[in-house]
Amino acid sequence: MLNVGKLEEGFVLDHIKAGRSLDIYYLLQLDKLDCTVAIIKNARSNKMDKKDILKVECDINMLNFDVLALIDHSITVNVIKNGEIVEKKELALPKQIKNVIKCHNPRCITSIEQELPHIFYLADTQKEIYRCKYCEEKYSGYSGS
Amino acid sequence: MRHLMSPLDFTTEELDKLFDLANDIEKNPEHFAHACDGKILATCFYEPSTRTRLSFESAMTRLGGRVIGFADAASSSASKGESVSDTIRIISCYADICAMRHPKEGAPMVASEKSTIPVINAGDGGHQHPTQTLTDLLTIRSLKGRLGNFTIGLCGDLKFGRTVHSLINALVRYDNIRFVFISPEELKVPDYITDMLKDRKIPYEEVIRLEQVMPELDMLYMTRVQKERFFNEEDYVRLKDFYILNASKMALAKQDMLVLHPLPRVNEISVEVDDDPRAVYFKQAQYGVYVRMALILTLLEKER
Repeated sequence: MLNVGKLEEGFVLDHIKAGRSLDIYYLLQLDKLDCTVAIIKNARSNKMDKKDILKVECDINMLNFDVLALIDHSITVNVIKNGEIVEKKELALPKQIKNVIKCHNPRCITSIEQELPHIFYLADTQKEIYRCKYCEEKYSGYSGS
Repeated sequence: MRHLMSPLDFTTEELDKLFDLANDIEKNPEHFAHACDGKILATCFYEPSTRTRLSFESAMTRLGGRVIGFADAASSSASKGESVSDTIRIISCYADICAMRHPKEGAPMVASEKSTIPVINAGDGGHQHPTQTLTDLLTIRSLKGRLGNFTIGLCGDLKFGRTVHSLINALVRYDNIRFVFISPEELKVPDYITDMLKDRKIPYEEVIRLEQVMPELDMLYMTRVQKERFFNEEDYVRLKDFYILNASKMALAKQDMLVLHPLPRVNEISVEVDDDPRAVYFKQAQYGVYVRMALILTLLEKER
């Protein structure tokens, strides 16, 4: 078993579906932050057989996890402070997502007006359907920005 | 300040008020001949649509206002690469209200976010065409006397036909409406429409042949298969003549069924149907002017 050191302050994202950790890395824009990140792929899991884990050492107010729900509800977000888990965050579907996912409808105005934000709104909470604010195209799976 | 992006921007009560005003204009046009004196409508049409543009221009002119604008993107600053956001900021300095048609879906909404004058969506790609919907609703309400308690058939291009999508979205707010979708497999209504109908438990049926459902319809909404919505000529040629309404199909219909069409028609309604009193598509174009007059007055807050 691979060991990664203990965090003093930051987050542990546990129970990520195996293979999706890099999607989340980019979704949370961790590539743009100057912080220590450990990406653990295909860790053994009793619950999931295989899972990914992300450990992020940063100020706990730095990241917005709302968009994580878009990818996977079952991800566990453990908030770490002074080396201890101080909170387990529940993931809630955000009402609106801005510049996280892109509208791929070639007929949408966002395809030609480059400076426009890509905004999706939660059209159906039960079915977890997001639609583009401008053309109402259904969001069909995260493919990165 | 209000805009019109979708037929759903108005509540059914607000629509009733709008339609009452349109009927008032129909009966007493002289009372409204100077209602918009000194006001300017900008018609910003990034794709050609003579009919809708002229309907707006006729509406504003009949209210005593004036009209400026462009009729296609080539004669606008869009050809120089100007964004919709920038264009509307400029148009806001020149006019009091704007009607915008754009081939890209959501363009009028982008305009409304930056505009200081009311913006009317005059059609955005395959997405929405709310003033056509208001026209359709006014036609139905005026000629049937009600909005609700009927079976409506929608025939033709139900996939890309924005008039159809807007009309369905507007009609689901009324009681006891049943939809019959008549289209080839390739041009079926999009999933977001059928998902919405299922969620709201609104009855609908999808069929391939027009004849089989004619006797049960209270209204038939015909649409054109639009060449510009296809990516290749071959598909267009194969599908365009699929559904043609003629006298023999009309013979199967109820005596008080109404035939509507957003126009222009190509050959999906044969000319022999034109003289049938149930064919109301030319009256519909007249209602289009009345409802646009009522809309301009309402958005300019000059309705009373």
